[in-house]
Amino acid sequence: MLLRRLCAALSCMPAFAFADSLYTFQTPQSSIANRINDLHTWIMLIIVVIFVVVFGLMFYSIFKHRKSQGHVSRNFHENTVVEVAWTIIPALILAVMAWPAARLVLDQKDTREPDVTIKATGYQWQWGYEYLDYGFGYRSHLATPRAQIENYKGDVAKNAEYLLEVDEPVVVPMGKRVRVMTTANDVIHSWYIPALGVKQDAIPGFIRDTWFTADHIGTYRGQCTELCGRDHGYMPIVVKVVSDADFKTWVAEQQKKAKAAQDDPNKKWTKDELIARGKTVFEANCAACHKSDGKGGGPFPALAGSKIATGPKDGHIHIVLTGKNAMPSWAGLSDTEIAAVISYERNSFGNHDGDFVLPAEVKAARK
Amino acid sequence: MTTATETLHPHDAAHDEHASHGGGHHGATHSGWRRWVYATNHKDIGTMYLWFAFSMFLLGGTFALCIRAELFQPGLQFWQPEFFNQLTTLHGVIMVFGAIMPAFTGLMNWQLPLMIGAPDMAFARMNNWSFWLLPPAALLLIISLFMPGGGPGAGWTFYPPLSVQLGPGMDFGIFAIHLMGLSSIMGSINIVTTILNMRAPGMTLLKMPLFAWTSLVTAYLLIAVAPVLAGAVTMLLTDRHFGTHFFNAAGGGDPILFQHVFWFFGHPEVYIMALPAFGVVSQILPTFSRKPLFGYVSMVYAVCAIAILSFMVWGHHMFAVGFPATAQLFYMFMTMLIAVPTGVKVFNWIATMWQGSMTFETPMLFAIGFLCLFTIGGFSGLVLSLAPVDIALHGTYYVVAHFHYVLVAGALFSLFGAAYYWLPKWTGYMYNERMGKIHFWWSMISFNITFFPMHFLGLAGMPRRIPDYALQFTTFNEIASVGAFLFGFAQIFFLYNVIHTIRGGVGPAPAKPWDGAHTLEWEVDSPAPHHTWETPPDEALVRRGLVAQGLEH
Repeated sequence: MLLRRLCAALSCMPAFAFADSLYTFQTPQSSIANRINDLHTWIMLIIVVIFVVVFGLMFYSIFKHRKSQGHVSRNFHENTVVEVAWTIIPALILAVMAWPAARLVLDQKDTREPDVTIKATGYQWQWGYEYLDYGFGYRSHLATPRAQIENYKGDVAKNAEYLLEVDEPVVVPMGKRVRVMTTANDVIHSWYIPALGVKQDAIPGFIRDTWFTADHIGTYRGQCTELCGRDHGYMPIVVKVVSDADFKTWVAEQQKKAKAAQDDPNKKWTKDELIARGKTVFEANCAACHKSDGKGGGPFPALAGSKIATGPKDGHIHIVLTGKNAMPSWAGLSDTEIAAVISYERNSFGNHDGDFVLPAEVKAARK
Repeated sequence: MTTATETLHPHDAAHDEHASHGGGHHGATHSGWRRWVYATNHKDIGTMYLWFAFSMFLLGGTFALCIRAELFQPGLQFWQPEFFNQLTTLHGVIMVFGAIMPAFTGLMNWQLPLMIGAPDMAFARMNNWSFWLLPPAALLLIISLFMPGGGPGAGWTFYPPLSVQLGPGMDFGIFAIHLMGLSSIMGSINIVTTILNMRAPGMTLLKMPLFAWTSLVTAYLLIAVAPVLAGAVTMLLTDRHFGTHFFNAAGGGDPILFQHVFWFFGHPEVYIMALPAFGVVSQILPTFSRKPLFGYVSMVYAVCAIAILSFMVWGHHMFAVGFPATAQLFYMFMTMLIAVPTGVKVFNWIATMWQGSMTFETPMLFAIGFLCLFTIGGFSGLVLSLAPVDIALHGTYYVVAHFHYVLVAGALFSLFGAAYYWLPKWTGYMYNERMGKIHFWWSMISFNITFFPMHFLGLAGMPRRIPDYALQFTTFNEIASVGAFLFGFAQIFFLYNVIHTIRGGVGPAPAKPWDGAHTLEWEVDSPAPHHTWETPPDEALVRRGLVAQGLEH
């Protein structure tokens, strides 16, 4: 207990002193992040002490025991007492480090009894969120315009939250235990919010989880931290912490919106409706590689005038559903979304196929 | 031992016992290109390994500079993101498999027979084959860049499913790894056999130079884990082309399986790159401190302990995949435990310097530079070993800073130290000390400018392997990029100095240019004749060296 109190006392002081510093963690905003910060500070203190002793001895020797100062070497080369001591003392120091770390591991891993459960799905290259208790979900995309990213022709002015802004943030209530279940659609991603002290890989085909309780209202930003291909650097995560009341209002709004946005399975789509819908699907999912003008770039083929986008519909549906080489499968999109985006691609960028695809055709092609 | 040595070196009465006489009577050496392509001489092969490693170092370094140029500013300046991924991947693969590992194998080839009094490596023709597998492997990596979709862009760790998704460049990467693995296994078998069977009379295992010990342990590590890596990438290959589902959950596989197998190789691999560096430093520090290595036996035990522990800590590369708490704790405790033998080594090195009579020639500077920076890399390793803290730092620039401290300042600095230390023996000339010192200080300072700020970037949450970053990371990235170009420029001094030395340097080198050196390689002429120790060194000579090293009384 004395150890714990000492540990807390030592680690708190510098933690406050360096809050908002460029040289350490972002200011912690959850109990877990606070404890990670304290543990790190405590370890750094031990390390600084060892550093001073080790480097002090080494440089004392380097300055004093040199030939140019006439120092003659003493021919000793072993000493059992010293050697045993510097094996056992570090082992004891490690035990002192391991104790608080182990306690924190157990708490990090304890995801029981959450107040809110959110499923986060990594896609190439965006995040999908589902609020499992409330029955709605949405995708969250990078909101920084592509034009700000591409500096090839000279510097472009950038937003203050460049690369750390999304169209739809995750919204969570303050002071509630939030459990985040992660998985992925295609490759491994990782869900990371530095200020909240959480990072959990999102693994396709498996569900893993982590948790946090945000201490303050605010917006906290992080990024994907597992290399996931081309746009790994362009799939940020933004968590907006709001009051409990605001959260309830937001949930109600989302539920209403979800209901309204749900595509009526019996809806009779017209060509123009599909194309208009397809443009939004394209911008959100396809434009990162194939570009908004459909011209592609680098290894990513142009859709404008491409064999597939101007060829038979079946081939076009097939490639969207299964992917090819660098292109992932988009089977995770709904039938309507896929029908819409294909219709859009076949009638845009100078492609004049004239035909279009209905959701039922996509549904049939999935089998 | 003596019997084995006797059989390998049938005593030839026509020659005197002292083996420092010139060679050439062991059959004519090939001349021109045949000398290198048909090479079976350990010195020729060692030279080829070292030049190959250095050219790969320059290539990997060029990739690194391409990365740092892109990261000088936020936004995309030079490369498309997918090419950036290929740069980081190839930088890693080439530096690990093309530069650091072959450089150490080259050193071992050159030095082990000289240091243990053997006439050559045990399997001279296999030695040739081990080397000549490497250039095709390097070529495959370079060609991969010109495949449709470009080179492998999944990071040097090749995690599936991303690596399954990529184009044919990935297959080139896989085959390159197969070739380099074969080369490593054969090289290691050669090293183990040479050390165990061909030592000078009187040189028992616990009286070998420490470099021989670390070489032996490294070779065993490689024999154990190189096939594991080959298995991992082969599974990747069959997943990519032959319909298996080792790493595909939809087919009953698991993407995380690859990470387990990869890091079962990958963590010992870290020590495969670090242990020979420990060996080199353990030769250089006593020489320039003019004092025997402190705690020789505990050094050997520490090397073995590190090697054994290295098989039990691979999970610390995977703290963020979502292990159960027990696994998280197990890997954390085992990882922290590695600090004990590593600490023993650092303390022993300092005790070696303590009360010595030190001079600071370039090899000594690099050894001390190694000691300082490797210790800092050890500290950041300790921070990362704590699973809860690693959750915050995993996959960020903190990790990049950490492993560059142990691999660049660790492995690479020791390689530079080794090169300066043994250049007089290899070339017969002394290198330019002033330029060597400039190389050291310039490297030391620019290395820290490059990599120290990365700790702060990682703490603040900048992920690694991104081609573009948020604005708050700009300053430290700019500093790091400037440092990287300075560091790259410093290596020109090294290249110039080596070529200058080969062409005569600042004058001929004596057989033993360092007065504090007592190992057997200094008993042969400088430059070392083409054939050395054709008859084993006599026991009195070996004993004299061992007494001076404090290994016999």
